[in-house]
Amino acid sequence: MSATTTAPKQDGFSIGRLLLEGRAFFALIAIIAVFSFLSPNYFTVSNFLIMSSQVAIYGILSVGMLLVILNGGIDLSVGSILALCGVCAGAMIQGVTLEWAGVILYPPVWAVVVLTIAIGALVGALNGVLVAFFKVPPFVATLGVMYVARGVALLMTNGLTYNNLRGTAALGNTGFNWLGFNRLWGIPISVIVLAIVAILAGLMLSRSAFGRWLYASGGNERAAELSGVPTRLVKITVYTISGALSAVAGLVLASQLTSAGPTAGTTYELTAIAAVVIGGAALTGGRGGVRGTMLGAFVIGFLSAGLVIIGVSSYWQTVFTGAVIVLAVLMNSIQYGRGGRKS
Amino acid sequence: MSGPMTRQTEGNPDAREVVLAARNVAKSYGNVHALKGVNFDIHRGQVTTLFGENGAGKSTLMKILSGVIQPTTGQIILDGQPVSFANANEARDRGISIIHQELSLAPNLSVRDNIFMGRELRGPMGVDFAEEERQVRTLMEELEEEIDPLTPVEELRLGQQQIVEIARALSVDSRILIMDEPTSALSASEVEVLFKVIRDLTAKGVSIVYISHHLEEALTITDHAVVLRDGTMTAYAPRADIDLEWIVRNMVGENYDLGSPPDSDKGQVALSIRSLSVPDQTGQDLVHNLSLDVRAGEIVCIYGLMGAGRTELLETCAGRLKPTGGEIVLEGQEISHLPIAERIARGLALVPEDRQRDGLVQTMSVGQNLSLASIRNFTRGLFTSSRAERKLVDDSIRSVTVKTSGGSAPIGSLSGGNQQKVVIGKMLATNPRVIMLDEPSRGIDIGAKAEVFRLLAEGARQGLAVIYSTSEVSECLSIAHRIIVMHKGRISAEFDSTVSKEKIMAASGESVAA
Repeated sequence: MSATTTAPKQDGFSIGRLLLEGRAFFALIAIIAVFSFLSPNYFTVSNFLIMSSQVAIYGILSVGMLLVILNGGIDLSVGSILALCGVCAGAMIQGVTLEWAGVILYPPVWAVVVLTIAIGALVGALNGVLVAFFKVPPFVATLGVMYVARGVALLMTNGLTYNNLRGTAALGNTGFNWLGFNRLWGIPISVIVLAIVAILAGLMLSRSAFGRWLYASGGNERAAELSGVPTRLVKITVYTISGALSAVAGLVLASQLTSAGPTAGTTYELTAIAAVVIGGAALTGGRGGVRGTMLGAFVIGFLSAGLVIIGVSSYWQTVFTGAVIVLAVLMNSIQYGRGGRKS
Repeated sequence: MSGPMTRQTEGNPDAREVVLAARNVAKSYGNVHALKGVNFDIHRGQVTTLFGENGAGKSTLMKILSGVIQPTTGQIILDGQPVSFANANEARDRGISIIHQELSLAPNLSVRDNIFMGRELRGPMGVDFAEEERQVRTLMEELEEEIDPLTPVEELRLGQQQIVEIARALSVDSRILIMDEPTSALSASEVEVLFKVIRDLTAKGVSIVYISHHLEEALTITDHAVVLRDGTMTAYAPRADIDLEWIVRNMVGENYDLGSPPDSDKGQVALSIRSLSVPDQTGQDLVHNLSLDVRAGEIVCIYGLMGAGRTELLETCAGRLKPTGGEIVLEGQEISHLPIAERIARGLALVPEDRQRDGLVQTMSVGQNLSLASIRNFTRGLFTSSRAERKLVDDSIRSVTVKTSGGSAPIGSLSGGNQQKVVIGKMLATNPRVIMLDEPSRGIDIGAKAEVFRLLAEGARQGLAVIYSTSEVSECLSIAHRIIVMHKGRISAEFDSTVSKEKIMAASGESVAA
């Protein structure tokens, strides 16, 4: 799908293949063209920035999901980790009461961010350990963690939502809404965060030894293991990264809303999986890339935003999104069906 | 050499009616030509045995005859009429069934359910389990095997599972029964019972197609011999006209030379295996208290039948399996506690037996497969250097002579032999001191086989210690300085390169008379 799967780009060139391999790109162009034609408000800079900052949440989640799917696994817990981490961040900003010390701690925002990401990584690592060491199938392990993380988030808040996360100047913990509201050079911070995450992940996949290990163990774990690839370490790492990125997405979302609720991010894992699949990754592992996944995330985000703008009912949006996913999987099986794997 | 004939057939076997025939049957998988236009006949009520080495195309031909796969070109003629089977069920409906080399049973289901899988007997109340059970009991009595019809297949040992597979084929009352290596996991007494069943079947007019690596065993039961080599039929004769030597000659070919032991300097002991034991899941030893020293520059061949413990021995040395006891010493250092990556880094490499399952990453290119085991060698800091990688890949392609359009070609575009060279090249790129190859010639043609062996001999000349395993006697007597014969997890004999094929086979327990 992208530079990450075929290292030296000296393959032959044909229109059919270009259309097939660049399908997510062409789909995105088509979506933008159609909605720009249908609505004058669609093709404006401000609309693209708004849509992009919504895509950022799914985009960050789908990068983590991509790593897990490349490994041949799946991570159903990302939506719940997102909520759990948002709630943890909210709790820290509202103040952590240490009863034995008789104080209420108000950690500064940078500390909140670091701790929250650490919590996400820890929950992700739990997924990884379950899958790699206890041989729990990824679907089941992350399904369980999905319920547990959601339940813990509900317990922590008693089902309520932390509102007003702007912090207090007197306590020195203001600035949390910077992530969600501010812009650098006119670009929303959340989009910049997404870009950084995507570039780092892309570099890791295409240029680092770890990236090669990941593709190899996703493509054929037994062969990778016999070639000296530390397949368990790779597994734990991808789930950990996925958890950490879920925390990042949770922070961005909580910051955009300046509130953190335990029911945030419900079914986001499915959107993230859809983005990865639309981006051409194979659910069997070993094939896919960051570029495709980003296109997949934008296809979903721009499609549903466009449908809202032209006033299509949200029920139809669901139908459209589903149709796009099925179409994408059909295309994947056309692309990977011929050649390659022989049984 | 040839054993006495165990049964007399009326008249000339060739005069019997031909029930099933293959005419110019060919099968290709991309660039790989598994069969190149084969003709042969199956006669009513007789046993036709297919001989040939691994990769000669025997299994492919049998799968075509039984409708499992379709030929690329050519015809199948049943009772004088051209037929084509869309799948195995159609062939079964016409009276052709097959016992596969790889067991095709559902391990979680009972013996009864496996035997009637896909054609359950219907009664008024759904499946008629009682009737099924009764039929299975009758079959098991016929096969003189005490297997309860309700036992889950996974609780049976391998030989019994093979009996269940045979029982399944018998239960459909086929006119033509294809047996692809039915005896590979059977004990001598079970083989005897199977042969008795085969004789009963042929007496009833059932035609049998038989494939076996146990040449002498097959000779005792067959009426006709067909020899395949490299996808073509090289010889065809009735049993009375042939002997073991004739088969081997036709299987192997006249000018078949895999080389001779290289006159390399034997150095220090490179790999020392000391009283190693490896258990299976049930705790029985697959490798039992085995000791073996291999010196630098030496080539050692490990010969043994399926289940002799060769694969387990090599995989334990490589670090895939955990031993229960013993030591693995590489150049003076004990390595049995180290992970696989560390063993490779210290110079011990394994080329696994099943290259599709254990050797190659099918989703990656030729170059990425070649460089997989030595990524650290071209990683600079955080990132890999694509220039250093390209150099490593190009060097490997040249040194192991992979025929490919380049490092970026998909691995699936290569022929079996070239894929095998990629796996070998991948491990040689790690600069090993000891290389272990588990059946390196499996499923590759003779030309590629010779090239692989030449490569190994060249490595030994440069001081590499080479261990390879094989189930082909002709491959033992080629480049190996020393031949180790394994039988049931132990070394049953050790020979130098001047030994005869018969001695090797005898030591492996191969010539079990039926």
